[in-house]
Amino acid sequence: MGRYVLRRVLQVVPVFLGTTFLIYALVWAVPGDPFEGKCGERDCPASYVSMMRERFNLDDPLPLQYWKYLVNLVQGDFGVTSSGVQVIDRLAAAFPVTLRLALVAVLVEAVIGITAGVVSGLRERGFLDSLVLVSTLFLISVPVFVTGYVVQLVFGLQLGWIAPTVTTPTFGNLVVPGFVLASLSMAYVARLARASIAENRRADYVRTALAKGLPTRRVVGVHLLRNSLIPVVTFLGTDLGAFLGGAIVTEGIFNVPGVGGLVFRSILTKDGAMVTGVVTVLVLVYLLMTLLVDLLYAVLDPRIRYD
Amino acid sequence: MSRARLTRPTRTPAPTTTAAAAAAVALALVATACGSAETPAGTDTEAGITIFNTEPENPLVPGNTTEVGGSRVLDPLFTGLVEYRAQDAQPVNAMAESIDTADSQLFTVKLKQGWLFHDGTPVTADSFVDAWNWTAYGPNATQGASFFSQVEGFDAVHPADPDGADGPQEPPAPTAETMSGLEVVDDHTFTITLSEPFAVFPVTIGYEVFSPLPKAFFADRAAFEANPIGNGPFKYVSRAVGADIKLTRYDDYKGADKPKFKDLTLKVYQSRESAYADLVSNNLDFMEELPPNALAGKQYETDLGDRVVQRETLNNQTIAFPFYLEPYDNADLRRAISMAIDREEITERIFEGTRKPADGWAHPLMKGYRPGQCGENCTYDPDKAKEALARSGYTGEIVLLTNTDGGHQEWAEAVVNSIKNTLGVEARLVPSTSLGEFRQNVNAHKMTGMYRAGWIADYPSIENWLTPLFRTGASSNDGLYSNPAFDAKLAEADRAPSEEAAIELYLEAERMLAADLPSIPLWTQNTIAGRSDRLKVADLDPFRTLDLYSVEVA
Amino acid sequence: MTDRLAPPLTGPERPRGLFGDAWHALRRRPLFWVSVSLIALVLLMAAFPGLFASGDPNAADLSRSRGAPSAAAWFGYDNQGYDIYTRVVHGARASVVVGVLATAGVVLVGAGAGMLAGFYGGWLDAVVSRIADVFVGVPFVLGAIVILTTLNAGGDAGPARIVAQVVLSISVLSWPVAMRIMRSTAIAAKQQDYVKAARALGASSARIIGKHLLPNTVAPVLVYSTIALGAFIGAEATLSYLGIGLRQPVVSWGVMINSAKDYLRVAPHALLFPAGFLTATVLAFVMLGDAVREALDPKLR
Repeated sequence: MGRYVLRRVLQVVPVFLGTTFLIYALVWAVPGDPFEGKCGERDCPASYVSMMRERFNLDDPLPLQYWKYLVNLVQGDFGVTSSGVQVIDRLAAAFPVTLRLALVAVLVEAVIGITAGVVSGLRERGFLDSLVLVSTLFLISVPVFVTGYVVQLVFGLQLGWIAPTVTTPTFGNLVVPGFVLASLSMAYVARLARASIAENRRADYVRTALAKGLPTRRVVGVHLLRNSLIPVVTFLGTDLGAFLGGAIVTEGIFNVPGVGGLVFRSILTKDGAMVTGVVTVLVLVYLLMTLLVDLLYAVLDPRIRYD
Repeated sequence: MSRARLTRPTRTPAPTTTAAAAAAVALALVATACGSAETPAGTDTEAGITIFNTEPENPLVPGNTTEVGGSRVLDPLFTGLVEYRAQDAQPVNAMAESIDTADSQLFTVKLKQGWLFHDGTPVTADSFVDAWNWTAYGPNATQGASFFSQVEGFDAVHPADPDGADGPQEPPAPTAETMSGLEVVDDHTFTITLSEPFAVFPVTIGYEVFSPLPKAFFADRAAFEANPIGNGPFKYVSRAVGADIKLTRYDDYKGADKPKFKDLTLKVYQSRESAYADLVSNNLDFMEELPPNALAGKQYETDLGDRVVQRETLNNQTIAFPFYLEPYDNADLRRAISMAIDREEITERIFEGTRKPADGWAHPLMKGYRPGQCGENCTYDPDKAKEALARSGYTGEIVLLTNTDGGHQEWAEAVVNSIKNTLGVEARLVPSTSLGEFRQNVNAHKMTGMYRAGWIADYPSIENWLTPLFRTGASSNDGLYSNPAFDAKLAEADRAPSEEAAIELYLEAERMLAADLPSIPLWTQNTIAGRSDRLKVADLDPFRTLDLYSVEVA
Repeated sequence: MTDRLAPPLTGPERPRGLFGDAWHALRRRPLFWVSVSLIALVLLMAAFPGLFASGDPNAADLSRSRGAPSAAAWFGYDNQGYDIYTRVVHGARASVVVGVLATAGVVLVGAGAGMLAGFYGGWLDAVVSRIADVFVGVPFVLGAIVILTTLNAGGDAGPARIVAQVVLSISVLSWPVAMRIMRSTAIAAKQQDYVKAARALGASSARIIGKHLLPNTVAPVLVYSTIALGAFIGAEATLSYLGIGLRQPVVSWGVMINSAKDYLRVAPHALLFPAGFLTATVLAFVMLGDAVREALDPKLR
């Protein structure tokens, strides 16, 4: 196990370098100058542009620029945005919000997805099962922005049940955006749980348990669920990693002050330092999440042993 | 023009005037009489309000930010020499006791006494002169440096980069640290010498770039940026980056007008749509310029009822032509395009009547405005448009470029369709997702077709709608239009003996544009804003921002 | 939804073969036929839009702006006065083209790399896997936005380039999924006896891959690509909705939704029709993938 962890951690290093370099190159190597458009409908003073180019090392060759960035990064310096704010400060403000949203979303998808999956898995081919199958297919097919707008329009503006946008990102206020964000994965969780339950229902250990005379409730609750939910749990883990970086659309619709909106605006305003900083953190989080999920898998499923 | 005040131009030394016009313009500064600050009954003067903002893109230093997200914060924090009256945009003395000149080149500024910065230090002549010198100084690399280019000695503190900003060469080191044109006479008097006479100069300095800075700024710039200290009606409280900025009333403010509420929160929104949703549910107290989804079908009337705030504002929308690119240098083609655009229909259908078709280049709110200056060239007429097209001999594709991040997609598409349907030629819209990218190409003269252009007045004068945009070599003449006769007429107007005479000559110059159509006037704006139930009164100023002095909280 | 009538599972030497078996199972399922006919309809629309709508999708007339559905215009008019029905029909092409090309790109690059990595193993596998990790590490929407804003900075682009950019960014960010699927199938397959036998008989690597591995590993990728096709059509819509994907003069469902979203409250039909077609098409591909997966996966039968 120890060697496996070490190997996985070592694998993370080249991936991290590759991803950050990719983003760095894309953001900074854009043709045209990111600062010339900063002064609106008139030219920026040349002195301003030169100074900004100097500050972001834009006159160096790309590999050297990246190296300088990396050296700072390793020392914990994410750099300064073109508005003169520390990237790390903005991250520190935005990241907890996104984390909260992601947790809410994962919770929603876990509760609803697993319930639907387990119910339909146990009642295979029944009415509920068909209902779950069809509705999950439908959920998978509706783009998130359509779900988001419809929810905001109907429940926020017309019925007035919810605040149309998030004013303060508390857990309670994030339930609706979390629900929208989770809608797609909820369907996957339900299908995964259903398939897993359906498969394990016929497993020998379930038959044995039933044959032993254990009450069905106990068989389902302890034996079947525990074994069936392993793939679901790992899916949820990976999804948490994905939510932390992929909520641009949902955050935009509900004005959640998280990482997604921050990075989207930074890309549009060509705030390269901000984009590279955020993506670096997101990549790190994602890599750590996948690592954790793999390890969790080993812990949950005794059949899997890493060496 | 998603970022409203972005459009303030840089002035090249080109626009000049002689002494004759000076007296008239300098005295155009209306004596301060902005109504006293008595508070009507039933107004909660201790209340706080929350208004819409976007994240400031630059450090919070007046000389170094020109975009609207920063301006909304800095405007209440600082008071400059003059301010523009909210009713009619006329300049009035604010910190200036008087601004006098005999020759439009040497201006003597006397400051009001007893004003303090929020940290308790006095506002003196040095506060202005040091701030202006700092902003103009090349190595400080501010965005606002070029606003000082008319001041004598600017070239010495801000030498031009010989090969442009992207070139490898460093600009030559400045030969001076301060502009020779600024001189402190005593604590409350200083003089400004311009390199050439420019009569309208005192009217132009109401912009934040000309704000004073306290000693604290020069001692520790980083600390100042984290906690800006101004001399305006509001002082800085705190900032949660990406979320909001909080200001509170500065009770020792010496200005004639005083805010009738206490706390001002500028909340950062990621989109106008989500801000509007908050406005409808009374979670936001004010936002100017509602998003397209609110304007669609006059939805805002149902949503907001009597909370709608509107006024005609000092901005217009035009289509500019790249004179450096064929076939747009062809006057007949420009005429054909202009006459092929059905302004009435587009303002009615796309803008629900919140735009008014333009019939000239100067804004209708300007003193001396004359209707119909563009004449039939700005009137929709399919037959004449087709004739003009035939005369031009052009049969190829017509391309319109625009940025789409400020709600420009819909009307631009309608304009393209109108041209296509009327002229029977191919017409295509090329959208660009960000204003920055778009402006960069405009400034670099890399347009591949005609393009969207807009203008917000800097100061209320017809001159401001002509000189910066169409004079040969002027700073915002980015289509590179040049007409010596027009230039000569402007110069004549600058030298006119009286304001009336000057206006007459400017109108003649405007009339000359009708033949050339260097840009197509489309429409002027009636800005629709909204307030919450809590606000009894909240007015827009002509520059499309909330007039903070007008706000009364119930 | 298992098929109880299907014959019991037998060894790999079944007379009908995996695909024959799957077909046998598939053709009894109504869901399969529903999705196939939907897909056929969409493909027909994409190939010959003139069959369904004779008008010009780019003909706008402001005077009929936001007109409600009527006998003259079945789906009504949008804000610009475009006929929504005509545009929805013509929009199928861009949406389908993006979906198909992106899927083709993903499958060719991903499955190719996955096959090689799985078959040869060793350093090749390590390198390919790490490169794939690099692209998986970037969240999809975020990565697509960065790539597309970079490509869009070029300014004036023709329809072909606009479509190519979107296809490229989807492919670049999605190929690792196909690669991983193919890689693990190839690793499993190459340990099978028939591969070992072929190798013992002196078959070249190229022959083993082409003749033995490919037919036996294509099923999972096939299932993935069916579902992915639907997902990519949805991804195009999302990117176009954000204003960075397809744009004028290209007409696609995503472009239509983007321009209709501001008018949702006054002209909901302008959004609902393209959104409905989009959802139905994605649904059809997802359903087909689902059905094919069940048919091909003996465990689920």
